[in-house]
Amino acid sequence: MKHQRLPAPYGSRIHRDKPIEIQFDGKTIKGYLGDNVASALIANDQWLISRSFKYHRPRGPLTLAGHDANTLVQTPEAPNRLAEELPLEHHPVVTAQNVTGSLQRDYSRALDTLGRFLPVGFYYKAFYKPHGSWALWEPIIRQSAGLGVANLQNQPGYTDKQYLFTDIAVIGAGPAGLQASLTAADGGASVLLIDENPELGGSLNYHRFDLTGNDAAILRDTLVTAVNAHPNIRVMTQALCNGWFTDHFLPVLQGSRLYKVRASSTILTTGSSEQHVVFRNNDLPGVVMCSAFERLLRLYGVAPRGPLVVLAGNDAAYRTAIDAFDAGMTVSCLVDMRAGPNDPELEAGLTLRGIGLETEATVYEANADNSGLKLGSIAIHGLNTAGQSHPINAKTKPVGALRRNLPCGVLAMSAGYMPAYQLACQGGAQLRYCEQSAHFQLTNLPAGMVVAGSANSVFTLEATSADGRNAALAALAHIGRTPAEPEEPVSCKAQVNYPWPLFPHPKGREFVDFDEDLQIKDIVNSTRQGYRDIQLVKRFSTVGMGPSQGRHSALPTARLVAQATGRSIDETGVTTARPPLKPEALGLLAGRRFDPYRRTPLDSRHVELGAQMMPAGTWRRPAYYGREQQRDTAVAAEVRAVRHGVGMIDVSTLGGIELRGPDAAEFMNRLYTFGFANQPVGKTRYAVMTSQQGVIIDDGVSARLSDEHFYVTATTTGVERVYRDMLWWQAQWRLNVDIANVTSAFAAINIAGPKARKVLEAAGCSIDCSATAFPYLACREAQVAGVTARLMRVGFVGELGFELHVPSLSVGALWNALLEAGAPFDIRPFGVEAQRVLRLEKGHIIVGQDTDGMTHPGEVDLAWAIAKRKPFYVGGRSVAILMAGKQRRRLVGFTLNNDAPKPKEGHLVLRNGDIVGNVTSCEYSPTLNCIIGLAYAHPSDATPNSRICIRADNGVEVLARVTSLPFYDPDNQRQQL
Amino acid sequence: MKTIACPLNGVRNSAEFVYGGPVKTMPNPKACTDSEWANYVFYGPNQPEVIQEWWLHAPSSYWFIAERHNGSDTILRTYDPSECFTHRVDVVGESANP
Repeated sequence: MKHQRLPAPYGSRIHRDKPIEIQFDGKTIKGYLGDNVASALIANDQWLISRSFKYHRPRGPLTLAGHDANTLVQTPEAPNRLAEELPLEHHPVVTAQNVTGSLQRDYSRALDTLGRFLPVGFYYKAFYKPHGSWALWEPIIRQSAGLGVANLQNQPGYTDKQYLFTDIAVIGAGPAGLQASLTAADGGASVLLIDENPELGGSLNYHRFDLTGNDAAILRDTLVTAVNAHPNIRVMTQALCNGWFTDHFLPVLQGSRLYKVRASSTILTTGSSEQHVVFRNNDLPGVVMCSAFERLLRLYGVAPRGPLVVLAGNDAAYRTAIDAFDAGMTVSCLVDMRAGPNDPELEAGLTLRGIGLETEATVYEANADNSGLKLGSIAIHGLNTAGQSHPINAKTKPVGALRRNLPCGVLAMSAGYMPAYQLACQGGAQLRYCEQSAHFQLTNLPAGMVVAGSANSVFTLEATSADGRNAALAALAHIGRTPAEPEEPVSCKAQVNYPWPLFPHPKGREFVDFDEDLQIKDIVNSTRQGYRDIQLVKRFSTVGMGPSQGRHSALPTARLVAQATGRSIDETGVTTARPPLKPEALGLLAGRRFDPYRRTPLDSRHVELGAQMMPAGTWRRPAYYGREQQRDTAVAAEVRAVRHGVGMIDVSTLGGIELRGPDAAEFMNRLYTFGFANQPVGKTRYAVMTSQQGVIIDDGVSARLSDEHFYVTATTTGVERVYRDMLWWQAQWRLNVDIANVTSAFAAINIAGPKARKVLEAAGCSIDCSATAFPYLACREAQVAGVTARLMRVGFVGELGFELHVPSLSVGALWNALLEAGAPFDIRPFGVEAQRVLRLEKGHIIVGQDTDGMTHPGEVDLAWAIAKRKPFYVGGRSVAILMAGKQRRRLVGFTLNNDAPKPKEGHLVLRNGDIVGNVTSCEYSPTLNCIIGLAYAHPSDATPNSRICIRADNGVEVLARVTSLPFYDPDNQRQQL
Repeated sequence: MKTIACPLNGVRNSAEFVYGGPVKTMPNPKACTDSEWANYVFYGPNQPEVIQEWWLHAPSSYWFIAERHNGSDTILRTYDPSECFTHRVDVVGESANP
């Protein structure tokens, strides 16, 4: 196995004194610290890394920058990792994925031969008839087309999030980005420079910008030193800006952290994506982008087994060939699709090194070596239509006779460049195609976004620096800092693109999109199927949908579709770019699985008493007190205690709103359905709130503490909305009332049961609690056990009950006092589960559980809670319209024998096979010893003793008997005691 | 994520705000027809134009009005509701507010 590396300065990323070995698909691979899995594999002459998605063709690295799908591999932790993004030292075991058999012998390879029977759109068309056949085919197709395997045992590591703020964010630390950062920072702005690579410099680290190859390193050292020394610049490397969101909100992924960056301006110096040449078998392992080859050489010191052939559509590729020769590689030929280089010195450079040159020629076909798994030779043909797309149906042949057949170990290609446009286009920028430069150019950038460098079609070093400087000046102006110097126009004369030949091979397999195995005919056939729009071509053919997200396929696809549909490339355009730019781990989005909840001031007491806690809205509340195994007996015992003795429950989660002022009563009267203008002081009233649509949105109890002071409760989950709605109306009505949400300021305990009064008296109450002095529905302010409390006689659970609202700080003392005073009466704390049963026995609805987004008061028998003669309440007009119209459903009580299957919330109520409603609450009632519930039924089934059909679990239909409400104590005697 | 300039709290992330719908004038609920009422309750502006909207800064429970172009999603101005709701409404639906 070969793992010799070139001497320094080649291999700038690797540490030669720190060798590392890993296992790839059972083979030992040797590399160094600083290598990634892909670079180490190539150093070991292992080009084959994966099998393609559809045809299972052998694939190897294409960009070596993590910009394609050819290196997707499996690690023990996760599938679909890009080999060039896996640091060698962290991944001792890596395997191939998407293979049947082995990577070397993939039996699914047969799909490649069958390929002509699998045209684009095949899956859509073939498997949907007869009805139901997809269910048969799907597992087979998923098996063959699926990628890696998720490890369900894997414990995800720690991930978190952090906010960052900066004046100017610079994305990409190449020559333009470095210069832009410096100019912006010199202008006084704070700068965040973000780059996905481990080192700053971008292409300065591997690309040869001039014949001698000195300029890049000199410029890089100057710029990087200045950037690192600048106090206004914060540098983030190995950090990926994965999207651009409105107002310069940037998600930046670095390690296990998601940074949410807010900038005032964004400079995109994201560079450009090198474009591949479309020829037969252009996907063989060993066919790479020129930039990938340069990265191998310069970053990893890997000179792969040659000979090297360079296929050029621009001058830059000449310098790749020269750089490879100077590194000691055999460079057998440079094939230029054009008539020759723009810069004649480059041709001289080739001649000097003895590198052959073929002009107006192309690689027509690549062929595998004996293994069938790697590039072995190429066929070079002369071009008849250099500089043109060859019309698909033309009589003339695009290529001439075979010029040379060459053995070839590595083919480096560079047809042209496409701006890394994704972030800009996510922000609404557009790509316009310039016929003259054969280049897409970004336009219509959103305010504050500036683009520079090769992303802005500026390529030479001097022009790039000037462009970066200009971008910084524009960004400074946007954030209101007057630049010290004016912008100077930049001109870049380098012609890097031309409309390179794009034509099908008679035998196909010339790939436009490697991710999805799409050839020229697939794109052209999509247009013939009628999908003329580029967005539809994408959806039908899946072009650009793979991990490389159109970096390499967008431009050739635009050209092919333009030609096939007789439009210009500019009219055709490219598909919409959407975030994320690259795949991101869901763990990063989840962050620290942080799940906050609110605790009442009595939380620790519940836990000490052995409560099982449950979530209730944003709070956690006791479900019941006792061990989990004895849930049912615990709940039943709590219910019994309230019915026959006394219980107490923490109701601190109830919302509380205070209304004070001369208009408090008027305001209440407008917000709630009942009449409150004439509510006597010292009395409570049930308060129902409807939305403007006439839908019930909340209920509570209004207590009038004085003429100008109401204390009104709201549901645990509804109070926020109620409070906001109140403030919203008040912003318009301008009444003389002050509204305060005192939910957290007040805690509350409800003691209920026939012995509740005795407990209250035993605890010490400063007022007369007798039924005559403090009757049902009255409210009082008093001292209970020395604590100042608001007392309300309410009957949610249907027994004699007192609700004590006290300042949160005092509730602990009150709880203790009530427990102590209640001990002789066997007082028992009860939880939410028992409360749900108790209130259901009493037929009381819970807004949000027994009502939904359509429920008006008439559907739930709350017409009595509407004041008929007041001038206005929110929703009143809508309620009147709804109640006058045809009634579609009604909330009814139902009972079932204990041996019937117990319906669950959400189970459907059917009538002659049609859905008429659903179950909203259903519990076993220990008091009545049967199953009771509430359900929406057809209005004509609402009379007691009707039968309603409920479809319970497993489709079992049960007939339930409609019962008048309440189930328990229909004469309402007990709450009045 | 968009930022919104709250008249009370300054520029904050839009995640801190709650949308309150377009600013509408309620017809007189006692005098209008059912369809006028339904129009008020269910319909809003639906053309690309500058519209007035209610926004709530949730952490401070502060309602304000934003003028936003619903085509470009640009907020042109935000202001306290007292700017247009200037006086006490004695009878709902009969006021001359916007």
